[in-house]
Amino acid sequence: MQIIEVKNLYKSYKKIEAVKGISFSVNQGEIFGFLGPNGAGKTTTINVLCTLLKQSSGEAYLDNLEISRNQGEIRKRIGLVFQDTTLDDYLTAEENIKFHGYAYNMPKNLLAQRTENLLKMMDLWDRRKENVRSYSGGMKRRLEIARGLLHLPKVLFLDEPTLGLDPQTRRKIWDHINEIRLKDKITIFMTTHYMDEAENCNRIAIIDHGKIIALNSPEGLKIDLGGDTVEITTENVSEAEKEIKSLNLKPTITNNNISFQVPNGNEFLPNFVQNFQQKIISIELRRPTLDDVFISLTGKAIREQNQSSTDQMRSWRNRRGMGGSR
Amino acid sequence: MAKEFFRSIYVVTYREILRFIRERSRLISAFLMPIMFLVVFGAGFNRLIGEISPGVDFIQFMFPGILAMTVVMGSLFSALSIVWDREFGFLKELLIAPLSRTGIILGKALGGALTSSIRGLILLGFAPVIGINITPALVIKLIPMILLLSITLSGVGFVIAARMRSQQGFQGIMNFVFFPIIFLSGVFFPLTSTPNIIQTLSKFNPMTYGVDALRQIFFNDLNVIDKNIQPIGIEIFGHITTVWENITILSVIGIILMMIATWMFSKQE
Repeated sequence: MQIIEVKNLYKSYKKIEAVKGISFSVNQGEIFGFLGPNGAGKTTTINVLCTLLKQSSGEAYLDNLEISRNQGEIRKRIGLVFQDTTLDDYLTAEENIKFHGYAYNMPKNLLAQRTENLLKMMDLWDRRKENVRSYSGGMKRRLEIARGLLHLPKVLFLDEPTLGLDPQTRRKIWDHINEIRLKDKITIFMTTHYMDEAENCNRIAIIDHGKIIALNSPEGLKIDLGGDTVEITTENVSEAEKEIKSLNLKPTITNNNISFQVPNGNEFLPNFVQNFQQKIISIELRRPTLDDVFISLTGKAIREQNQSSTDQMRSWRNRRGMGGSR
Repeated sequence: MAKEFFRSIYVVTYREILRFIRERSRLISAFLMPIMFLVVFGAGFNRLIGEISPGVDFIQFMFPGILAMTVVMGSLFSALSIVWDREFGFLKELLIAPLSRTGIILGKALGGALTSSIRGLILLGFAPVIGINITPALVIKLIPMILLLSITLSGVGFVIAARMRSQQGFQGIMNFVFFPIIFLSGVFFPLTSTPNIIQTLSKFNPMTYGVDALRQIFFNDLNVIDKNIQPIGIEIFGHITTVWENITILSVIGIILMMIATWMFSKQE
């Protein structure tokens, strides 16, 4: 059964077309991922799906309700965790949760029971009386996930759920998400530009410049790529590229590295090295990663553009946020 | 629909009050500011100025004004706090919840009004110290007036906040909105003794009617006045306003401001 269905969705701001006609559907109970660089249209799509923005044209359904025409009903059915924290720093974790429960009109018993379950599951129960200001980034994110799940939503939206967190914390958060998903049987719609995070998804839509350019399971995407990835470094990139093309392969070039896909890497490689005319500095054979998928689809690495700019801006914003108390 | 509307007001008001209690700096300023004003004005100016008109000394004239100022500062700040909520993200939590947008704004206004009233009551508690007698009957008459003044002035705050994305514009707001509203309202001096231009400007200032209404309530209670000679009442086309007329004008301005504010917010977010 499909919980989300999007048909030919467009969204443009004054001059920029952020989302250019995307269609996809999400099955109930799956983790569906939007993978793409910053500015690809991920957040815009999520904002349309969660009623914060109205689409320019096209249709989007959640639980068989057209989203822009049923905002109130949709809001009861979804939980959200945004890129930037939306907690009230001056209140305790418990007060933040309680506020959410009131806002979603939860019955008292259910609220108390869900609060306890979720905070315990997120390892925050012992520190529920503390001000959120004293929380670390990872704790805040866990609290936000707990809050997003409080009112038993059908779909949980996670917009870059682990952005700016260290690897250990990220893994921990994913353990929590997986645990809850199995328990509550909810659908998760997430965006990310971390490749390893995307591996957690059942299906991934790769989005670039406002369009979906591939949609499959992580395994399916890698298989579609065609076997193994070979990555070589040479002295003369353009000559090497010509030669690889002459072998009927499709090379992509990123930073003097040439990578291409071959069906059976182990057998291909010895022959290739023997006959290759250009001088090879280094060579690597590996199972394709989602990064390779992305590079071959868009001709650029996803890592290149982001992290640097947004993560920096975010940490700058956070620092400024701390200083600007009322 | 109606249920959602009232729940929105309730939850947002609840949070405003919780935050007021939580933020120590706000609580402390709620206590300290009135004391500071009373000391400065009570001890300093009173001797300098003496009676402002027969039977009313300066401190008696000033006190309702300081009360209005305390309330208005509180309500403007709480209205502008929606800019903080936007910048630090909490506004999104509100906007994404099944709450009514109008209810969110009204909840903010009501929360601001209630916390401003607490500030006002603290100030009233200090009144006897400077020789102003406060009766319980007076306090009961003042509270609705304080709430009305606060909600109306928070309307001014919301209309400004609707367009503001960050706190950077805050200094400008302080200079160009905050101080004119306070100084052009007759808090510190009788408007009748100011140049025509200031008198005219002050008539467009909603706070003017609040200050005057509070002052009339005070003077009636103190029973010190001969209505015809006191610097009270706002002259509009030759007519001097009564308390009830002030309340009516303030309410109408308040309703219009709130309507503009909710319209601006529902349009933007």
